[in-house]
Amino acid sequence: MILKLAWRNIWRNRRRTWITVASILFAVLLSSLMEALQKGAWNHMIGNMVNYYTGYAQVHGRGYWDEQVIDNSFSLEGFRADMGDQEIPQLSGYLPRLESFALASTGNKTSGVLIAGVVPDAEDKMSDVSSRIVRGTFFEEDSEAVLIGEGLAEHLNLEVQDTLILISQGYQGVNAAGKYPVSGIVRFGSPELSKQMVYMPLAAAQWFFGAADRVTSVALDITAQKRIPGVVAALESRLDTINYEVMSWEEMLPELLEAKAMDSAGNYVVYFILYMVITFGILGTILMMLKEREYEFGILVAIGMHKLQLTLVTWVEIILMGLTGSLMGILAAFPVVWYFRVFPLRFTGDMAEMLEKFGFEPIFPAELNVGIFVWQAAIVLSITALLAVFPWLKIRKLKVVAAMKRH
Amino acid sequence: MSAVISTQKVSKVYNPDKIPVHALSEVSVEIARGEFTAIVGPSGSGKTTLLNIIGGLDRPTSGNVEVGGFDIDALSDSALIDFRKNHIGFVFQSYNLIPVLTAWENVEFVLLLQKKPKAEREERVRELLRAVGLEDQMHKKPSELSGGQQQRVAVARALAPKPDYILADEPTANLDSASAENLLDIMAKLNREEQVTFVFSTHDQRVINRARRVITLVDGKISRDELREP
Repeated sequence: MILKLAWRNIWRNRRRTWITVASILFAVLLSSLMEALQKGAWNHMIGNMVNYYTGYAQVHGRGYWDEQVIDNSFSLEGFRADMGDQEIPQLSGYLPRLESFALASTGNKTSGVLIAGVVPDAEDKMSDVSSRIVRGTFFEEDSEAVLIGEGLAEHLNLEVQDTLILISQGYQGVNAAGKYPVSGIVRFGSPELSKQMVYMPLAAAQWFFGAADRVTSVALDITAQKRIPGVVAALESRLDTINYEVMSWEEMLPELLEAKAMDSAGNYVVYFILYMVITFGILGTILMMLKEREYEFGILVAIGMHKLQLTLVTWVEIILMGLTGSLMGILAAFPVVWYFRVFPLRFTGDMAEMLEKFGFEPIFPAELNVGIFVWQAAIVLSITALLAVFPWLKIRKLKVVAAMKRH
Repeated sequence: MSAVISTQKVSKVYNPDKIPVHALSEVSVEIARGEFTAIVGPSGSGKTTLLNIIGGLDRPTSGNVEVGGFDIDALSDSALIDFRKNHIGFVFQSYNLIPVLTAWENVEFVLLLQKKPKAEREERVRELLRAVGLEDQMHKKPSELSGGQQQRVAVARALAPKPDYILADEPTANLDSASAENLLDIMAKLNREEQVTFVFSTHDQRVINRARRVITLVDGKISRDELREP
């Protein structure tokens, strides 16, 4: 009876019902789109930083992350021996790297660069470097060539087959200097990486830095992000933590997480304003409905309907409108978010420059995740459910005779 | 006959702390089962207030109201709602049917509140709609019925829970002559054949003419209590 009464009541004033439903629909749509764009942008950026270079987790020599110098490198052979032959579930491989900084020059131009000595096949498998080579080719494992970021190539006016001169300080203070032909130019999502990245075969890097068999990090190829804690724990128990440190990307890039948290906090203010607008919109509908039906409520209580039953009818009415609006909001949000996933927002001009200055790629692909829609719909529905308590406060105080007099 | 309604020195004062308005002053009246009583009087004489108090919709400032031997003033608000649902039927001036329900559903509504089984509900609703002559209009909503038809549905709804008595506040005020006569015929028949007790508050001479007892209120006091031959 309550459901029937509530359902029919919401269609008594169709226009008002549709306006309320539409306001809920737009709230779910806008909040879902905002969250999808924000999450998508961050995931894209984290993906650029993590998937394409850092890896989900890394093993270093103890103390390397705090003091990133080549002297804190460790023996790759020793690491392999410590790892043993037994496989770790969810860890599909690892990438040894020797990383250090150097001064790159060509002609009269110089630039500080990050040299990463890598095993080409393994690196390509995890970071998919070859798909991002815009000119030239990936080097061979035993070659002495380099791949450089597009930004660096532009800055130094380098092209494929040009020569890059590198000068640095190697392992335990040895002088490091060498000339390397550019085998290819790589495009990075992160402008920061693009301006300073130099890939080199691991053996060549070890020779350049005078660090035979040494690596500064081993990036772990983990099958899924949610498996990181398990793999990190397994490695920590297998390796001697006096000599090694195992870190997830979240530990290595805390500034990225902080920036994400700050950005999210800003969005929460916008969400709050959006939710407030919706709250007052729905509250307005409830107040109008209560005022219009005050006399009828008086009659219903007079003929024997308990106030709690009456409250339940109005509560169900509001929840039904909330549910309808939320479901329609989810349905409307899906294609819109899908569109921004396939055709991401791309900033240009000053805005793009500013984002690049902060190391962000000016692309905002939306995150197509049903969880976002459901979560936003749940929030809006919860607000509606909470507001639906308002009639209870009014009906509780209803005086039958007074209500019937006001007709 | 036993008294189904009994008021003892019932008074009602509105705004007792500001400008007191004495709506009723020590009204004592007894209404027996099966009566067809009209409470009459000029506007502001206290008719509706008395009807509200004996209907358990309002509480007296002083005095006692007993219905079927129960002191209804002693009941809590919640218990009073149950009491009204099970013992009193109401017919209001503006019909006051639930607009989103059909005639059938409006009559069935109180039975649903009483949690009566489906078969019993169906039998009772059919019987009542037949009694008020609306069996063929049962699936229509109030907006599809004339004023007279709506008021007949309201009478059927009031009768549905088999109440001890029916209180009707100006039931014919919004009806044309034919509809009013038709409604009164139905009420008189129910009173005569099924001993349903009716108490009216009215200005309408047609109702007064049909009543077998006429209580006249003036300034919140009973000025005349007249029994008539059927």
